[in-house]
Amino acid sequence: MTENSIINISLAILFLPLLGFVVTLLLGKKVKSIYLFEVFLITVVLIASIFLAFSKLSYFIDDKIVSELEWFRLSDTLVINLGFLLDNITVLMLFVVALISALVHYFSIAYMKGDERYNRYFAYLGIFTFSMNGIVLTNNILMMYIFWELVGLSSYLLIGFWFEKKSASDAGKKAFLVNRIGDLGMFAGILILFLTYNTFSFDAIFQAIGTGKLPFNSDFWLSVTGILLFMGAIGKSAQFPLHVWLPDAMEGPTPVSALIHAATMVAAGVYLTIRIFGLLTADAMMFIAVIGMLSAFIPATIALTQNDIKKVLAYSTVSQLGYMIMALGVGAYKFAFFHLVTHAFFKACLFLGSGSVIHAMHHEQDIRNMGGLRKKLPLTYATFLISSLAISGIPLTSGFLSKDGILASTFAFGSLTGNWIFAIVGFLVALMTAFYMFRLIIITFHGEPRDHHKYDHAHESPFVMAMPLAVLAMLSIFIFYTPNPFSADQGWFFSKWINSAELHAPNATRYDFMRSEVSNHSEAVSETHSTHEEITYSEKYTEAMHSAHYPAMIISEIVAAIGILLAFVFYQWKKVNVDKLTASIQPLYNFSLNKWYFDEFYHKTFVAGLLGLSKIIYWFDSKIVDGIVNGSAEVTRKLAFFTGGFDRIVVDGLVNLMAYISGFIGLIFRRVQTGKVQTYLVLVIFSIIILLFLF
Amino acid sequence: MIEVGLNHFLVVSTLLFSMGIYAIVSRKNAIQVLMGVELILNAANINFIAFTRFGNFGLQGHLIALFIIVLAAAEAAIALAIVLNIYKTLSTVNVDEVDSLKD
Repeated sequence: MTENSIINISLAILFLPLLGFVVTLLLGKKVKSIYLFEVFLITVVLIASIFLAFSKLSYFIDDKIVSELEWFRLSDTLVINLGFLLDNITVLMLFVVALISALVHYFSIAYMKGDERYNRYFAYLGIFTFSMNGIVLTNNILMMYIFWELVGLSSYLLIGFWFEKKSASDAGKKAFLVNRIGDLGMFAGILILFLTYNTFSFDAIFQAIGTGKLPFNSDFWLSVTGILLFMGAIGKSAQFPLHVWLPDAMEGPTPVSALIHAATMVAAGVYLTIRIFGLLTADAMMFIAVIGMLSAFIPATIALTQNDIKKVLAYSTVSQLGYMIMALGVGAYKFAFFHLVTHAFFKACLFLGSGSVIHAMHHEQDIRNMGGLRKKLPLTYATFLISSLAISGIPLTSGFLSKDGILASTFAFGSLTGNWIFAIVGFLVALMTAFYMFRLIIITFHGEPRDHHKYDHAHESPFVMAMPLAVLAMLSIFIFYTPNPFSADQGWFFSKWINSAELHAPNATRYDFMRSEVSNHSEAVSETHSTHEEITYSEKYTEAMHSAHYPAMIISEIVAAIGILLAFVFYQWKKVNVDKLTASIQPLYNFSLNKWYFDEFYHKTFVAGLLGLSKIIYWFDSKIVDGIVNGSAEVTRKLAFFTGGFDRIVVDGLVNLMAYISGFIGLIFRRVQTGKVQTYLVLVIFSIIILLFLF
Repeated sequence: MIEVGLNHFLVVSTLLFSMGIYAIVSRKNAIQVLMGVELILNAANINFIAFTRFGNFGLQGHLIALFIIVLAAAEAAIALAIVLNIYKTLSTVNVDEVDSLKD
């Protein structure tokens, strides 16, 4: 196993889905079963990615494999490269993408059966997988931006897959446009980086920062660059205030929601932030942490009251992504990625489970019409329950490990900096998460059926749908990540597989606890240190994490238990009349039910503002610009009239005059032409005589 | 006795030349015009001989004079042929009436 073969396998992983896309799209109308080709390819990709992860983790566990080739050359110093960067995070992420993509392919075989654009659906899944793998594999931010837009495109295509439905096509447009806002910031960030460092490559940029080269030579602009790049993550990962597109994106087919809008694409924002983690300053990280906190909190409160099974899961996704972003903001780099992976599995399981429910209920999505499905869909129920336990952070699940880690790091952040808000909000969100997930389970699966007609026709899903659920639910169990169900610290996933963060921002701009301590001793050491691969967090941080572990675990278990208990009290045992309770807090309830009126607010302000602005611009265009154009046309016409007159009278007159004069002269000199040789001779002689006298 | 010098020859040839020009310009008869041409050629001959005699040119002037006499004979033959042809076509040798060069 050489580095070359690793690169070759990653090339195959990247391009096979593209091949699937092209073939499936081109032959989709002619060959009915061409989708099997795409399914076959994705299976190959899955096997290849397992193989890749296995070889990378067993042979090159400490290496960073980079392969670059020149794309084009602007000048000798400006060379644009394409390249791969394979570290452990890359191969793990590739595996997650490939696995969930493959499972979603299998699931879709049954779920999408009978759709008129069946093959095209699989083609879109192919191009999505291609683009997502591109984001994961790239070693430079330009290529990442290209694939970033490609996943945006595939997301747009798949959200609006049933474009006959107005709401679906609107949701696609909304997702696309809202994402543009974030991408604009990201693009500006990329431009600043390129302007400063003349390269797009992450490693080269980090190295340059390590040597003290900063954008516009100021710490402030480094923070700004970090925040601008993070704006891309705000859009793609549906973070506050751009989270509004994700719930609407649930108009797409449910397996797509599982693949794109829960597990992989929305995690791309987190992945981007992980990739640029090295250049983030304390200010940028504080910004990221606050955004993450708001994104964790606001959607969690909204999820409490939603009645659409997919909307609940969508808001829960935003909230969990907020967790990851918040974790990155408080410096818990490893836990953010850990949660990304575990969340991908259990959230994909939840979405596919909801897909199974929706399939069984013949496209009923309102949980108020469900109930008692436990008996009809035992396997879906079991997997859904396991994933819900994982997302609520109950021990023995993967979610417990990662979420507890994030909460512990916010706790440690609190004890190190005295800023406890992140920890408090983190625990509050954990409480709400447990509550809304079990509210969802109880209303959907427990109790008595509310819609008997649909209930009677409900049936457990076929094997191709059940198998992915089972696999994903299995991956929500702790044993795949660590042998110790209460702490991930010693597990192979956490301590061996995930590389430590590389920090490159100037020491003075980092959080206190993230400064490299060596640099305090001598300049020479700090210089060698700043280019060193791994810079560990300070002792203080490790200690704080260690002492935060148990309190955080205990508190998070207590709040999760309270959340689940409350859900049971409210909805299972009905000890409290929920309707009365909601009536007593009607304004709050409505506020949450209407999603904090974000959409209305944006409609009133930004959309209306834009429309107003366009009206003004339209008026300006039609009156002023058109007026100027028409006016100048009129002026030109008048001018042309005058020049026409001038031409006719003066120019033509001159020409005619010349002709007349020539004619007149000709008339005179015609006399000379007598035809008699003697006359000519006389003239010649006289001329000679005159000339003789003159000279 | 006056010593005959170059100037005398030149005066004679100038007179001869002027009479030739006068004959060409004023005579109506084409034959007389031709005679004027002969006079001009002979004026040139006198000049050549005179310059050879008084200048140090060797035999060149004599040769050119002989050459011109031959040329004049040839010219007279061709010119008389042209006059004959004009007479045949236009039935006149009056040069005033021959003005078809105008067309």
